[in-house]
Amino acid sequence: MQPEEIRQVLLDILARIVPDEDLSTLRDDVAFREQIELDSMDFLDIVMELRKQYRVQIPEEDYPNLATMGGAVTYLVPLMKDVKAPA
Amino acid sequence: MRYDTVIIGAGLSGLAAGIRLAHFDRRVCLLERHTTIGGLNSFYRLRGRTHDVGLHAVTNYNPKGSKSGPLPRILRQLRFSWDDFGFSPQVSSKISFPGVTLRFSNDPGLLESEIALRFPGEIEGFRRLVKFVEDQPWGTAFPTSMTARGTLAEYLRDPLLIEMLLYPVLFYGSAAPHDVELTQFLILFRSIYRDGFARPYEGVRRILSVLVKRFRHLGGEIRLRSGVQAIESRSGKAVAVVLDDGTRIEADTILSSAGSVETARLCEAGLSEDVANGDSPAIPSQVPGELTFFESIAMLDRPPAELGIPETTMFYCGTPRFRYQNPGEPCNVDSGVICSPNNFAYELPLPESTLRLTVMANNRFWFERPSEEDYQEQKRIWRERIFAAALSHIPDFRPNIVDIDTFSPRTIRKYTGHHNGCVYGSPHKQWDGTTHLSNLFLCGTDQGMLGIVGAMFSGISMANKHVLGSQG
Ligand SMILES: Cc1cc2nc3c(=O)[nH]c(=O)nc-3n(C[C@H](O)[C@H](O)[C@H](O)COP(=O)(O)OP(=O)(O)OC[C@H]3O[C@@H](n4cnc5c(N)ncnc54)[C@H](O)[C@@H]3O)c2cc1C
Repeated sequence: MQPEEIRQVLLDILARIVPDEDLSTLRDDVAFREQIELDSMDFLDIVMELRKQYRVQIPEEDYPNLATMGGAVTYLVPLMKDVKAPA
Repeated sequence: MRYDTVIIGAGLSGLAAGIRLAHFDRRVCLLERHTTIGGLNSFYRLRGRTHDVGLHAVTNYNPKGSKSGPLPRILRQLRFSWDDFGFSPQVSSKISFPGVTLRFSNDPGLLESEIALRFPGEIEGFRRLVKFVEDQPWGTAFPTSMTARGTLAEYLRDPLLIEMLLYPVLFYGSAAPHDVELTQFLILFRSIYRDGFARPYEGVRRILSVLVKRFRHLGGEIRLRSGVQAIESRSGKAVAVVLDDGTRIEADTILSSAGSVETARLCEAGLSEDVANGDSPAIPSQVPGELTFFESIAMLDRPPAELGIPETTMFYCGTPRFRYQNPGEPCNVDSGVICSPNNFAYELPLPESTLRLTVMANNRFWFERPSEEDYQEQKRIWRERIFAAALSHIPDFRPNIVDIDTFSPRTIRKYTGHHNGCVYGSPHKQWDGTTHLSNLFLCGTDQGMLGIVGAMFSGISMANKHVLGSQG
């Protein structure tokens, strides 16, 4: 997957976790938590959805990399380079 | 047979835990002894009408679009939208003591203004109390020695106000008599006075059918009429459950919503050879709860509001001090809760008119009736006494009754398996859900969260913490 596709994957996951949030104005360089209501249970869900849908394993010590959209995409690019984008 | 996780009990906590696990592709099976799902909050049909078992009001309600609080978190965690449960908010409720009434609703401002009016000297203290409650992050755990009464006394001086505020809090969730641990008080205070009450038009059926449909859709299995009689363990680990018919089911993890005393008994029943050799940890003794209720469901020929009973719930007490305890007599007729499923802000009126009256009951009296005739007769006698006593607080509704059903602690024990027929479980909650076995966890009432929203929250958090989280 390309960075832009990974970003879309993350947006799709967020849209399912927080269906009532407006994600169209989400900024890549600001922490998710400062822009949308996301508690630690929800945050864990991003990790678990990535594992469920794309078999990506993210160790706990790497969670801080996922704090912003930009950081998450950068972190996931090498892990997801061989994963096919969803149809 | 083998599953990743077996869940004992298809009540609200078990169903919510099951959905979480099935969503993340765990092979999960819900085992339920009863012929139907729902546990303490199920529904049944009698003489052509459907009754909710327990539902007075869904506490912890937040309106659509709220972002914090347990209900929005449950919806997000289970991937439901606001409209799936179809909640309608309450109209308003009241707490009625001799000579004083406090009204409250889903708007916290109402209670505040009522206190300012009736207890002007206490309003500053009340505001500070509310601030203290709101400043604690949801689920903050305090030492068990800290209780509601101790905390209330720091903010309020008038004993009557303290009694009045505590009454709904204890009635809607305390497993201990007279008082409740601070940790739980904070949860209950918010669930009643800050969040509020709601109900789906269709009652608890709506909630249960939404949950069970989702669970099945995700590939989860439910087996009804499948009571667990024993949990087998080896070297400190649960290995399998044995059903009443002898079927043995293995699982990596077991979640039990049967209660802590009840679960300990299942473990005892499943003790194997190696325990005799000292290979397994001892089963700690659990403290059973003993608070339970007697409830009458009166079907009326017209909506309660037309009879002068417009409140969603009404907590009444005929004495300046209430007795939240197992009463010496079969039922405590002085105080109780009157509520009506009709008194919510629905778009359409409900087709049936119902009034529910709930009081505290002595479980032993109701368990020990010598015959079925005597049991029925006692139910009738006590129901009439309760109705007569309630008439100091509401207009006479008795001429308008068209049908009536009454359940006792015996009914609760029969249908949920809870020791003593108790509704709020053991007074000693196990907040982290752990047991003496490394892969057996409690969820629901005895983990600490109760009520419909609380039980679902408990199931979700125990599934996250002990099953999904632990597997990386
Ligand atoms: C009269 C009454 C009124 C209530 N009113 C309200 C209200 O107005 N609002 C509100 O929010 N809450 C209310 N509640 C509380 C609420 O119903 C409970 O807190 C909640 O349903 C508890 O869910 P649970 O999953 O923890 O436990 P339970 O509902 O007790 O579920 C446990 C399940 O496990 C099953 N089980 C037990 N042992 C075994 C076994 N060995 N093998 C297989 N299955 C087993 C039981 O049959 C049961 O189905 C009320 C309860 C009652 C009884």
